[in-house]
Amino acid sequence: MALLKVKFNQKKRVKLAQGLWLMNWFSVFAGIIVFSMGLFLKIELRKRSEVMDNSESHFVPNSLILMGILSCAFNGFAGKICYDSLDPAKFAKWKPLLKPYLALCFFFNILLFFVALICFLMRGSLESTLAQGLKNSMKFYRDTDTPGRCFMKKTIDMLQIEFKCCGNNGFKDWFEIQWISNRYLDFSSKEVKDRIKSNVDGRYLVDGVPFSCCNPSSPRPCIQYQVTNNSAHYSYDYQTEELNLWGRGCREALLHYYSSMMSSMGAVVLLVWLFEMSVMVGLRLLHTSLESIANPEDPECESEGWILENSLKDTLKSALESLKKIGKFNQVEAGAEGAEGEEAGKTPAITTVS
Amino acid sequence: MTVLKVKFTKTKRDKLAQILWILNWVSVVSGIILFSLGLFLKIEIKKRNEVMAKGDINSVPNMLISVGVIACVVNFLGGKICYDCSDANKFSRWKLIMLPYIICTFCFTFCILLGALMCYTMRNELEESLYLGLRDAIKFYKDTDIPGRCFLKKTVDMLQIGFQCCGNNGFRDWFEVQWVSARYLNMASKEVMDRFKSNVDGKFLVDGVPFSCCNPSSPRPCIQYHLTNNSAHYNYDFLTEELNIWVKGCREALLEYYTAIMRSIGIAALLIWLFELSVLIGVRYLQTAMKNVLLQGDLQGESDGWLLENSFVETAKYNINIIKNLGKANQISTVSGMNDPNINVQNTNCGKSNVTAKSIPAAS
Repeated sequence: MALLKVKFNQKKRVKLAQGLWLMNWFSVFAGIIVFSMGLFLKIELRKRSEVMDNSESHFVPNSLILMGILSCAFNGFAGKICYDSLDPAKFAKWKPLLKPYLALCFFFNILLFFVALICFLMRGSLESTLAQGLKNSMKFYRDTDTPGRCFMKKTIDMLQIEFKCCGNNGFKDWFEIQWISNRYLDFSSKEVKDRIKSNVDGRYLVDGVPFSCCNPSSPRPCIQYQVTNNSAHYSYDYQTEELNLWGRGCREALLHYYSSMMSSMGAVVLLVWLFEMSVMVGLRLLHTSLESIANPEDPECESEGWILENSLKDTLKSALESLKKIGKFNQVEAGAEGAEGEEAGKTPAITTVS
Repeated sequence: MTVLKVKFTKTKRDKLAQILWILNWVSVVSGIILFSLGLFLKIEIKKRNEVMAKGDINSVPNMLISVGVIACVVNFLGGKICYDCSDANKFSRWKLIMLPYIICTFCFTFCILLGALMCYTMRNELEESLYLGLRDAIKFYKDTDIPGRCFLKKTVDMLQIGFQCCGNNGFRDWFEVQWVSARYLNMASKEVMDRFKSNVDGKFLVDGVPFSCCNPSSPRPCIQYHLTNNSAHYNYDFLTEELNIWVKGCREALLEYYTAIMRSIGIAALLIWLFELSVLIGVRYLQTAMKNVLLQGDLQGESDGWLLENSFVETAKYNINIIKNLGKANQISTVSGMNDPNINVQNTNCGKSNVTAKSIPAAS
């Protein structure tokens, strides 16, 4: 019993081949889109590489780029096949290639689906990457005279201004690190000495934030120092003051930015996947309908196409068996055996059709 | 003696008409480009209207927009005429309109030139407007609780961050205005009262700038207050410190931004003007060639086309005479026919038709 059996006549086959040819070219285009999305994401991630942990891999963009290229190649090839399939002479040379091609296509589509899923699921790893990276870069904010970190201050300032955020989780993160370089601290002053002594590690900690945390929407001039000291400023209560500094942490802001970007990319990849699946199903129908033509001399005759030769259960069973065989015997033997088995399975199917 | 005489055969005329038809459509597109450039400039100016004083800065974008629209209409008409020129029957209905059309278009091309030149001459007006606008905006920076100025602080802050500038001419402009609202000043504190009293106008002036003046590229945490006081900060000399806050004034930064935009728009307008002028010259050749064909009566025959019937000097003299006559006619009619405005129109019409009637035999 074949799955999704469809009857084709000559006209229908031509129409299917033409439609598939067009759809394959659309798929090439979709592949280009996936590729450029991957490139865009890679550039976006690279742009902020300074606030990301070094272990951060470009797995998502790289797989998107790879998928895009593969999809271009596969669909270009499929388009060529569909174009040639109308001519029996030309089709003959593609015939043996079609089955492995379809199997490859199937695996490719599974891969594509996983890539789409990864786009949605990367959030977690991105969050830890960002948390670690931001923590490190905030630590190096003051090191403007250390080679390699000279521009870290600028990067973070620009980041905080652009993403309207402050600190890693919030502005209080700045209270816990020394963000003012010792170079600009007057160690002869009593105030600085007191502050350094009061701290166990000998760090100069202040309840202040860099200027880039300031929110322009605040009606009052920005309060950067003694942020948590209500008595230091007139008519000020830091717990109710919401507009003075950005309330959101940069990790959240960046995470939101990247995850919204990646989830929209994931949605696009899912759509591309659906499209590719339908193209593959169409190609399989074309392939079987062309193979099941009883009389090669008469291309006008009717034929049947299907997606699977047997029901879903049987196909799974036979696939499992062939896998088991591969497990039992060495690979060369199992390959030959499997091919023979498939050939054996094929011939009765064709005879029943004819 | 005619200026730049060219002989046209029937095929040459047809080819000229076809090319002109296409060029006129390209001109319609260039009119659309002029229109959208004007619109773009208008939007750019409107975006920052809070830091610009009300003035006639909008004259340039308005000029460009109107010139763009007129160019579309004029060239559309020109395209239609050129399309019909290949057919003598169709051409006959345009015959009378063509000369006025060419004269009008000739005058109109100078409007485009004017628009292009205005892009270059606007700098001073723009500077004046920016100066006044920024001065007011800085003055009202503190008024975050006065309706209508609530968001001025945000606008100025965003402007300073976006354009990497500080103050009107420089950061010192902030020292001369009270930019901290009295609402956030503790009047009971001695320090604040002292500062108020030391000033004649009773303003709270500090040698500090808003946070948006801070330069992220500075290696040192931003110093905003006691900017000119070296002893207030460790290892600080305000005269040599260049990276702490933005040095450029916002007027200069904005002026540079807008002049760069307008310079490129001006170049585009100049190119369009040259293009329109060349199309117009083509149309003039077509018109004279077609007119001569109609006068000769032989539709397939050769004919001459030229730019001007007589030499430059004569044409100029002739035109001055026409203008003088028109002036006289107008004067007379305003004296004699004050109550009847129709006479005025008639007179001028007569003058014009006489002139054209005269010029045609002269041309033949």
